Amino acid sequence: MSARSASRGCARIRRLVLRVTDLRKTALFETHRSLKARMVPFGGWNMPVEYSGIIQEHTAVRTSVGLFDVSHMGEFIVSGPEALNLIQFVTCNDASRLVDGQAQYSALTTEEGTVVDDLLVYRESANRYMLVVNAANIESDLEWIQSHNTFIARIENISSATGLLAIQGPLALDTLRVIADISLNSIAPFHFARSYVSGVDTMISRTGYTGEDGFELYFAAANSVQLWNSIMSAGKRHGLLPAGLGARNTLRLEAGLLLHGNDIDRTTTLLEAGLGWIVKPGKGHFVGSESLAREKAEGPKRKLVGLEMLGPEIAREHYPVVVDEQEVGHVTSGSPSITLKKNIGLAYLPVDLAAVGETCEVLIRKRACKAQIVSTPFYKRSRE
Amino acid sequence: MNPEGLLYSKDHEWIGINGDTGTVGITLHAQEALGEVVYIELPGVGDKFDAHKSFGSVESVKAVSELFMPMSGEVIEVNSTIKDKPETLNADPYGKGWLIRIRIANPAETSALLSAQAYDNYISAEA
Repeated sequence: MSARSASRGCARIRRLVLRVTDLRKTALFETHRSLKARMVPFGGWNMPVEYSGIIQEHTAVRTSVGLFDVSHMGEFIVSGPEALNLIQFVTCNDASRLVDGQAQYSALTTEEGTVVDDLLVYRESANRYMLVVNAANIESDLEWIQSHNTFIARIENISSATGLLAIQGPLALDTLRVIADISLNSIAPFHFARSYVSGVDTMISRTGYTGEDGFELYFAAANSVQLWNSIMSAGKRHGLLPAGLGARNTLRLEAGLLLHGNDIDRTTTLLEAGLGWIVKPGKGHFVGSESLAREKAEGPKRKLVGLEMLGPEIAREHYPVVVDEQEVGHVTSGSPSITLKKNIGLAYLPVDLAAVGETCEVLIRKRACKAQIVSTPFYKRSRE
Repeated sequence: MNPEGLLYSKDHEWIGINGDTGTVGITLHAQEALGEVVYIELPGVGDKFDAHKSFGSVESVKAVSELFMPMSGEVIEVNSTIKDKPETLNADPYGKGWLIRIRIANPAETSALLSAQAYDNYISAEA
């Protein structure tokens, strides 16, 4: 038997059970081990992919609450009088619209309008911002930003010193309320506040990557174990489960949230990816603004679409998409949808074949399997 | 943990031999490495495969794994209940989770397979 990890190419099981000595570990590595997590390499890190099982963990986040260690993510502080100017120049969204305590989804763009990385921009004050980037891109993002820093803003990589836990699900607020020194209702979505959680100085952000309500907590990495244990205890009565990167991936895909390295990268433009809503050429010149303005006027040539498989087969990344026996694109993410009990995916298709309701075929082990183009997100939580 | 009466391949399949027929499945270790199985593709009765050739696939939420023949042979029976209940593969990989029965083409191929003890040693060395 050989296994193909859905996240990274083809490997025999004997390589899935990798020797992991040269991978980086978060401060919670031993905690994950004691919880019997299955650990896998991800973006250069040894991370928990599942504890009790992806299906259970996914369901916990949709129906109650889940806790994720995502300390592998990168954090940069950009500060000084020129901080905003640098951020405006290297990212595509308009950070000048942020107020203190607000967060924004954005991207680092190339001159061609493709994606160096997607990120969150947090405004702490007019002269101090935090950028949160993908783990696999920490070094290359830092280099990219520094190479564009003609503004002489101060850039500090605080990734190693920073812990990050995500508490996600309809009962995330009830879980945290007991141990947080602040009224969590006062923090609106895409806003944050500094307070204490279980005695730990924490930046509490109402953000996430699951499509549910929830919080992301940033704090000094040295406090990781204490904070993790407090949240586990506080969540016990709500059925909180520790959740791994496996559930994180199925949750984000259902919610139509993109994964850099799969769905977006330096070969895909923001407009092709359907991220035109974070592209603000009106804010003034930035890296890629000319290309993106031109593409916006002309319209992108291909589009990232949602796929729903019509048979029992599961689409996976890299599988070719075929229309009239012609290969017209490929799947960038694919998985069973645990909430919807269907098999779903994302794929780039030429715009004339990308209309919702159209059908195509995904080549799965040389068999053409029918799929329908559907609108995304696949899953949207109901809000009272 | 791995039953004594079976033979094991380095591809993590097992085969239980009874006369000229063999029952084939994946090992406890293999299903653990995969996680929860959600989809299984198996061949049809009458299909013939050489040893080490792919005869189907197993998918978890996260991964696809090909299934490889531990020995050459012709498929004479397919576990028809497992397609609707793929989780059986996690729950009972050496029992109700069997995949196919084959008519063994070349009994001498057993020499390339591992005993339960040798397979235990093999997976501990791998980890």
